[in-house]
Amino acid sequence: MPRPLMPHDTSTPFVQTNTGKLLGRHWALFFLLGMMVIFAFTGPGFFEVVNFQNIIHLATISILLAVAETFVIITGGIDLSVGFVMGLSSTLAARIMVTLGSTGMGEPLLIVLGTLAGLLVAFIPGFISGTLVARFKVPPFIATLGMWGICNGITLHLCDGFLPIAGLPSVLPRLGNGYLFYIHKGQSFTLFKKPDYIPDERVRELIRLVPFSFILIGAVVLVFWFILHKSRFGQHTYAIGGNLDAAIRAGIDVDRHLVKIYMLSSFLAGLAGVFNVFQTGIGNYTTFSSMYELFAVAAVVIGGASLLGGKGRIVGSMVGVLVLAVLKNGLAISGVQPFVRYIAVGVLLTFAVIIDQLFPDLF
Amino acid sequence: MGYIIETRGITKRFGGLTAVDNVSMGVNAGEVVAILGDNGAGKSTLIKMISGVHKPDEGTILLDGKPMKLESPMDALANGIETIYQDLALAENLNVSSNIFLGREKTKRSLGVLNVLDHEYMQKESRSVLDRLEIEIPSLKNTIRTLSGGQRQAVAISRSIYWQAKVLIMDEPTAALGIAEQKKVLDLVKSLKTQGIGIIIISHQMYDVFEVADRIIVMRRGQNVATRMVSETTADEIVGLIVGSETVKR
Repeated sequence: MPRPLMPHDTSTPFVQTNTGKLLGRHWALFFLLGMMVIFAFTGPGFFEVVNFQNIIHLATISILLAVAETFVIITGGIDLSVGFVMGLSSTLAARIMVTLGSTGMGEPLLIVLGTLAGLLVAFIPGFISGTLVARFKVPPFIATLGMWGICNGITLHLCDGFLPIAGLPSVLPRLGNGYLFYIHKGQSFTLFKKPDYIPDERVRELIRLVPFSFILIGAVVLVFWFILHKSRFGQHTYAIGGNLDAAIRAGIDVDRHLVKIYMLSSFLAGLAGVFNVFQTGIGNYTTFSSMYELFAVAAVVIGGASLLGGKGRIVGSMVGVLVLAVLKNGLAISGVQPFVRYIAVGVLLTFAVIIDQLFPDLF
Repeated sequence: MGYIIETRGITKRFGGLTAVDNVSMGVNAGEVVAILGDNGAGKSTLIKMISGVHKPDEGTILLDGKPMKLESPMDALANGIETIYQDLALAENLNVSSNIFLGREKTKRSLGVLNVLDHEYMQKESRSVLDRLEIEIPSLKNTIRTLSGGQRQAVAISRSIYWQAKVLIMDEPTAALGIAEQKKVLDLVKSLKTQGIGIIIISHQMYDVFEVADRIIVMRRGQNVATRMVSETTADEIVGLIVGSETVKR
């Protein structure tokens, strides 16, 4: 007599049920929301608009780098140079502004020229690593590691060792840290700049909403979301990561496309570097301990991308950045020791990869 | 004879090795020609020359009776010569219609300046080509990863057909498939034949060859050693020709 099947033999595994898929697909988002609920209780001042605004403003650079890394990772590559390309753009822009300033050039012009130089120089390392990857078949890890070293060396040369470049126009940090709306409760409301009767040291009495950085973030995310998800370029990016041979045989000029991808990534790193000048008012080299590139990769992977390529989304990567940013901010506000954050990031990364294995067809 | 695709005395050498030696062959519209031969007989090199991957050292390739130079696989595609390789060359992370349109995506103008992928159009066209070939795929939004081997083969075939293939080259089309799926793919080949496409099949499966082919070309050591109409030969004779035990009668 045949034995009856056990009930669990016929039931669908949890990961294939609709609930399972929903949880699997959006785990990072649920984790983010859960974290926010917990920090709301443990961290005084965490659950406030101004704090959230701060988290995002301070994550501007991470967001730009994560967008860059998303494209590269979808093609199955990795860009380790973004952190130091950022440093290169930041110091070059600052150095040019300082040099031009000493010739007596007007501030608006030297700011424009410095900014352009910082943005344009970023294309060079991207072009070189892209060419190495596409034409000389150098593994992306090695090609961009080369640029990692070279850019850092040039950056340190530009800032005479380890001296940030100072002496820039004071309007820079005001632009970089400006807000769209300034509200003095019951007194006044101004756009773009604080009311003149409030001196700098009393600026905290104002409610400041929508930092300028949000406009930059919004524009970059929107443009690159469009490119990745709506354009032919984005479609080819996914195809190259999904099946390189298929992309080649379908007539996609894969070599050219890869060069463009690394240039795009590098350009966004340059944009982050120039923004950094506006945010801090000085030209900063990138310290080794900051590990921007690794946190960008971590954010993208937490956001659902796979280092094997073919997978990843802009919105996912943004959730990934927010997970890391909220974790840092929330733990600090809750008074937890900073090293806990590194442990948490490690655990999250591992978790992200396990989820990726469990749900091969998500995202 | 009005061959749709023809080779005249084409030769390909790799260093000291002559992989394809002075081969002349042709395929008529609406005809299935099978190329058989042992490993290393030169079948793959022959079709790679027709599909533009290798350039012949000698001889000419004619499409519709006109000689042409194929510099790259793209040239072949542009001339209506489509090749389906054994690994199918589908992007598994993309959906069915994205694969059918891969590299030739349809875009539409949005807001007057932006070129946006026109998924709606691509899905509609994909659905119509699949319907024409009577291929059932539940949702075109599913990624290739979720499809069976036969469905993938069908997607690869539909892609070629959609782009107006005049000549379709298939490398081991049934090799990785289950029995039921093999039959479906063979049925598909028969229906392509009625649509006037010239088809070249490389296969090791003698059953498949006798099921769909009209003519068999046997290659041995780079040469075209025999051509037989399927209706006038037997599997035994073909096997003999492949291994070289049968006396060759041209």
